[in-house]
Amino acid sequence: MSERASETAFRRMKDLPSTHLLGAGTATCAGCGGLQAIHEIYDVLGEKTIFVNAAGCMTLLSIYPFTPFRGSWLYTAMACAPAGAQGVRDALDILKDKGRIPAEEDLRVVVLTGDGAAYGMGLSSTSAAIDRDLDFLYICYDNEGYGNTGQQSSAGTPHAARTSTHRGALGYPGFKKDLFSIWAANRPAYVATVTGAEPVDLARKVEKAAAMRGPRLLIALSPCPTGWSYEPKDSVEIGRLAVETGVWPLKEYVDGRVVHTRRPRKRVPVEEYLRLQGRFAHLFEPERNDALLDEIQARVDAYWEAAD
Amino acid sequence: MSRRLLTGNGAAAWGARLSDADYVPAFPITPQTEIIETIGGWIGRGEWDARMVTLESEHSMVAAAGAAAATGVRVFTATSSQGLLHAMEMVYTVAGWRAPFVMVNVSRGVSAPITLGSDHTDVMAARDSGFLQIHCSTCQEVVDSVLLAYRVGEDARVRLPVLVNLDGFHLSFTREPVEVPDIEAARGFLPAFDPGELRFLASKPVSQAVAVLGGGPYSYFRYETHLAAQNAVAVYDEAASDFEARFGRSHPAVEAYRSEDADVVFYMIGSFATKAKDAVDRLRDAGQAVGLVRPRLLRPYPVESIRALLAGKRGVAVIDQNLSLGKGGVLHAELASALYGCPDAPRTLASFVGGLGGREIAAEEFYEMARVTREAAESGRTPEPRLLYTEDELRELRKLQGIAVAERHDTGAE
Repeated sequence: MSERASETAFRRMKDLPSTHLLGAGTATCAGCGGLQAIHEIYDVLGEKTIFVNAAGCMTLLSIYPFTPFRGSWLYTAMACAPAGAQGVRDALDILKDKGRIPAEEDLRVVVLTGDGAAYGMGLSSTSAAIDRDLDFLYICYDNEGYGNTGQQSSAGTPHAARTSTHRGALGYPGFKKDLFSIWAANRPAYVATVTGAEPVDLARKVEKAAAMRGPRLLIALSPCPTGWSYEPKDSVEIGRLAVETGVWPLKEYVDGRVVHTRRPRKRVPVEEYLRLQGRFAHLFEPERNDALLDEIQARVDAYWEAAD
Repeated sequence: MSRRLLTGNGAAAWGARLSDADYVPAFPITPQTEIIETIGGWIGRGEWDARMVTLESEHSMVAAAGAAAATGVRVFTATSSQGLLHAMEMVYTVAGWRAPFVMVNVSRGVSAPITLGSDHTDVMAARDSGFLQIHCSTCQEVVDSVLLAYRVGEDARVRLPVLVNLDGFHLSFTREPVEVPDIEAARGFLPAFDPGELRFLASKPVSQAVAVLGGGPYSYFRYETHLAAQNAVAVYDEAASDFEARFGRSHPAVEAYRSEDADVVFYMIGSFATKAKDAVDRLRDAGQAVGLVRPRLLRPYPVESIRALLAGKRGVAVIDQNLSLGKGGVLHAELASALYGCPDAPRTLASFVGGLGGREIAAEEFYEMARVTREAAESGRTPEPRLLYTEDELRELRKLQGIAVAERHDTGAE
């Protein structure tokens, strides 16, 4: 629970916006956890927003001549959405400073990318945007792989997950990059993890981020039925289990400190989270891989021991 | 108007300043860096009300440039060689946004091997991108071309970004006397940027650069952009006429020098064309009817002007300071495609590749190219493409190879 919970407009579910800004009928897959998070984020951010997008699943939200957004949109390329955001932000500031547009025509500049861009190809341009103290909000829908091309391993893929490029018995040999800490180490205005299955926590963080200036990041764990191999109806349950098992710590970096906004009192065994997803089926079938399951649990335990 | 001694880079910076550019995303690279340093100095001292931002790469630099132009401000940037190649994804992308701005490229050979010396292979890599291209041969042209580039690129019939090219070292670091227009005169020629409907405003949400599904819409938008680029031939001519009326300097899309009654002409771009002019004068003194045809506008390709200027010539010596590996000179291939089937096209197009990676082209080589081309036109046999390379150069290279082998042997590597 955030120490500033009393300042928020979002204390419980009924406080969440009842008007939904994102249009229906997009090209995302049924049960897309990324779209769920974007829905919830957009409702709090409001429509005076320009999304600057990098190549990924959400590039297919705006397909000529349709868009689900009430505000503006600019698709750039995979590596450079933060640089695109720099150009838009600077141009809007120039137009205001030189009196060519009134202040009310200003827009909130939001980068929207997946983990492929946020953790990998776009990290250089992201890092440079933080260096320059760019006033922008970065939303990463993290579905833990190159989802739009069929879930190949990315730097956001968790250890042991089977992906379409790591088909072996041990899955992906690497470890999920700690993007939160990379950002936090550079002392930006704000960094937070969220997931669509925890909408009140998400809304508070969006609210807080929206009121700040400078570089801000929201990493939204985005359960992905097609990439993680589960039934679309289970997306919310998987998101909730990611939090309750401690696999996806909900936290924020603000004023130089990291605060966990939700501490599961008694963490559910990680196995409960893994078991629902086909990408971890090789840990249970044809026989249980206790060594790997224990390793994954131990890593989660070690994280929380360090955090406590 | 003032008369100043400026390098090509200084001239490019003055072009940007006189254009009232609002925004300069930048990244350093030799031999372009002097441009952004000059601009940074002016902005830092409050002499020019613009904003400069330093990016971490040229890829990001062009992304920021395109995004700012798409938001409605006038943008200037500059790069060179590897920087242009690194930016290439965004060079193609922002042209498709139809967001006009000006990027100066200070031409330099591309890796590998890595070099600082000048040639045009870098800018040729951008020729199919949708950026228009203006190629300069003097520092005066650089200032004037930046102004022309904004005027043409921002025109409602065009709406495309423009590359203004100058040769690294030969022009970038060569000081020449330059007439610098007064800012008011420049503003008379180049009014404030009108972004029209292409901008981001809270009250007018717009989606730019969205995906399309299928070849139908894709082909439509790509071809529209192609037609817009082609519109720039006429728009350029209008702008150049107005420029000449205001400033008294003529910058036609294709320059013709003593070519009207020539039977053999040199065909080339860039600063080495000034060497070609000198060779033309000397050959004329020796009684030979030689001239020069130099496209300043390479994209769009001013095909009608080129056909008209070369009609009835006996031979053309095409000098490419670029090399399409596995094909040859790009200017030669493009000229051949422009002239093929024209009833009065020159009989011979001789291809010469030279001036790569900073190599000079000597006066004697111009005389030799004229001779070879004239003989080919008389005999009707087009010569094989030739690399300008002397026996002395080969001997020097053999010495370097000898040292490399000896060093490897002496250090026990072999």
